[in-house]
Amino acid sequence: MATTTPTQSAAPGPASPRKAAPTGRRLRGLGGSRGRALNFWLFTGPFLIGLIVFVYVPIGWSLWLSLYNAKGTVAPTEFVGLANYADMLSDGDFVDSLINFTIFAAIIVPITYALSLALALLVHRIRFMKAFFRSVFFLPTACSFVVASLVWKMSMFNGLHYGMVNTGLSWFGVDSVAWLASPHPPWYWLVICTARLWLQCGFYMILFLAALQNIPRELYEAAAVDGAKSGWQTFRHITLPQLRATSVAVVLLLLIAAYQAFDEFYNILDEGRATWGRPPLVELYLQALGANQDYGHASAGALILALLIAMVTLAQGKFLGLGRGDDK
Amino acid sequence: MSALNRARDARDARDWDRRSVLRAVGGAAALGGLAACGSNTGRAGGDGKSIKQMYHAYGEQGTQQAAKKFADAYSKAKVTIEWVPGEYESKLATSLLGSGRPDVFEYHPDLQLVRSKQIVPLDDIIADVKDDFLPEDLTANSVDGKIYGIRMIDDPQFFFYRKSLFEDAGVKPPTTFDELIDAAHKLTKGKVKGLYIGQNLKTISKPLVWSNGTHYLTEDHKIAYHTDELEETLTKARELYKSKSLLLGAPTETWDPTSFVQGLCAIQWCGIWAIPAIQKAFGDDFGIFPFPKSGKKGRPVVYNGGWSTYVSAKAKDVDGAKDFVKWLWIEQKKYQQEWALDYGFHIPARKSIAAGADKLKGGVAAEAVELFNSHGIFDDPYWTEGMFNIVLDAVVNSVRDSKNPGAELDKADKKIERELKKLG
Repeated sequence: MATTTPTQSAAPGPASPRKAAPTGRRLRGLGGSRGRALNFWLFTGPFLIGLIVFVYVPIGWSLWLSLYNAKGTVAPTEFVGLANYADMLSDGDFVDSLINFTIFAAIIVPITYALSLALALLVHRIRFMKAFFRSVFFLPTACSFVVASLVWKMSMFNGLHYGMVNTGLSWFGVDSVAWLASPHPPWYWLVICTARLWLQCGFYMILFLAALQNIPRELYEAAAVDGAKSGWQTFRHITLPQLRATSVAVVLLLLIAAYQAFDEFYNILDEGRATWGRPPLVELYLQALGANQDYGHASAGALILALLIAMVTLAQGKFLGLGRGDDK
Repeated sequence: MSALNRARDARDARDWDRRSVLRAVGGAAALGGLAACGSNTGRAGGDGKSIKQMYHAYGEQGTQQAAKKFADAYSKAKVTIEWVPGEYESKLATSLLGSGRPDVFEYHPDLQLVRSKQIVPLDDIIADVKDDFLPEDLTANSVDGKIYGIRMIDDPQFFFYRKSLFEDAGVKPPTTFDELIDAAHKLTKGKVKGLYIGQNLKTISKPLVWSNGTHYLTEDHKIAYHTDELEETLTKARELYKSKSLLLGAPTETWDPTSFVQGLCAIQWCGIWAIPAIQKAFGDDFGIFPFPKSGKKGRPVVYNGGWSTYVSAKAKDVDGAKDFVKWLWIEQKKYQQEWALDYGFHIPARKSIAAGADKLKGGVAAEAVELFNSHGIFDDPYWTEGMFNIVLDAVVNSVRDSKNPGAELDKADKKIERELKKLG
């Protein structure tokens, strides 16, 4: 839109166009605003339709379903009010899944943050083969979560003696570990978290790398002149504050991604059959899309989850200052 | 207006037109793309003469080609096959509500599908040959006196064991759950584990419950599974799970005999279909036994699983789909025989075909048929997949997660009551 506006609205003529063609300008002005409107709708229309059809209609539909006994149907007739919400909130499994998410987020968010920042700093400072290392660390992002989960489950953390990690352990005389058989001890967190770290660290590294490249070199030079030692001191007092906006965005994205965790939990933990590692989405999937076909309860759960994500996002924005800019 | 202005106006107008047209075309193309997303239903044609049939992915080689061959041989409609690997139940449940739903599909008897009006009764197409099916297979597919599914194959499930390993360890096929646990301990040597009952406990949970002498539901559809004996059995199963005698972490579940064939375990739960593969690996060095009885009221159990075919109530042409089912699973006995016996072993659902199934008349296959008849328990259509999953969670929590079986079963009871109330 911005690219078309000058041609249509400014249109300065070389010989006093205001007086020379008042009627023509009025018509063209109208045509211009109509054109702008047309341009606006042509550009945003397809996206907007997609948004309405694939996002808002399903949300509205979920809201409607959540108020009905929608067992085995998406066009229910038996109104149950808020009973589905009450059931979900009193249902130990759904509440447990929210607790699971909290544990998962508490582990994965800080570790991913620290690891991607560390990778970004390394790649940023490296003097040779920068592009190579950037690509190498970013590549896992292109891998499907499902594929990575299966590789982790069937090859690396296979519970048999010929699993990759078990083979490594056997060199030190350690017995094979059935990593995913039981939650005692909770080895499954190791499997899930390493899979996710491998998959997503590269992406966040790129975000940090972009932000690092935007920090003016003069700041470091000025600090050096003032006697600051390069290393931890400049990192703590220049780099980290300068990365504030990116850090907030990364933490927010990581939290949302943790809330939406599904693929690796579902695939690594016996397609949702393991009862102890179900994040909210797996729990809702089993409610709605498993053989249960209980769309009423699952929709109520989905809306509770959406509300939670919205509240956390707003609270985080308020306390950490998302979108306030990074120059302060 | 000057000539210059006129020329510029004309050029602007031309530009506007060209740009607008291009944008309009782009927008229309995008909208077209969106519209196309909604119309990709996977149906073969729009003339009502196409049927979509859904199968779970059978492990035996040649089955997919056979299913396609049967479909191609049907002359009254174009039948397309959807072959679903992985979690079939979830995929089917989702598909049945979407626009790409199958017209004909295989599944297990399930009240949920009847109550939500997702399948139609098939009494009219089975009426003439009803006597050729086992009464238990008919009951397993009947709700409120109507038959909703045509049994395709019966698949009894039991334990396979290596005779030579049993002899070496001085162990006999166990007849009680305690003996099974004991055998598992004795047979565990080096990298060979005594017993494999699967990691997710999905297939073993049914015999685990039934072996206590109870069913999931009473005849008038009340909770029957929750007994003191079951709680005790689950506690013992937990001890077994914690011991080093169980094979854990195998890449495939018990439907696949690979763990047994590779010598990773001495005993494995599997089904009749695996006999050819196991025979090929071990010759005569293997035998079978039922899930042993557990507790005072216990009984040995064989799970008579299998597959039945159903017609979706929302099929594009319900009568056409029923005609196809009648053609394939009632009339085409040759294909039914091929399906049951040529790719892995299954007991043909039709008595007349089973009677002539020579492959099942000798050796371990004959023993399997005998176990099917003597100790087999069939599915109850009033015990839905959803209810099964609730009790499975209780079993998993008790056995794998060390939680208190009594408390877990109490928790399951509440959910089952809610389900029973809903489904009526």
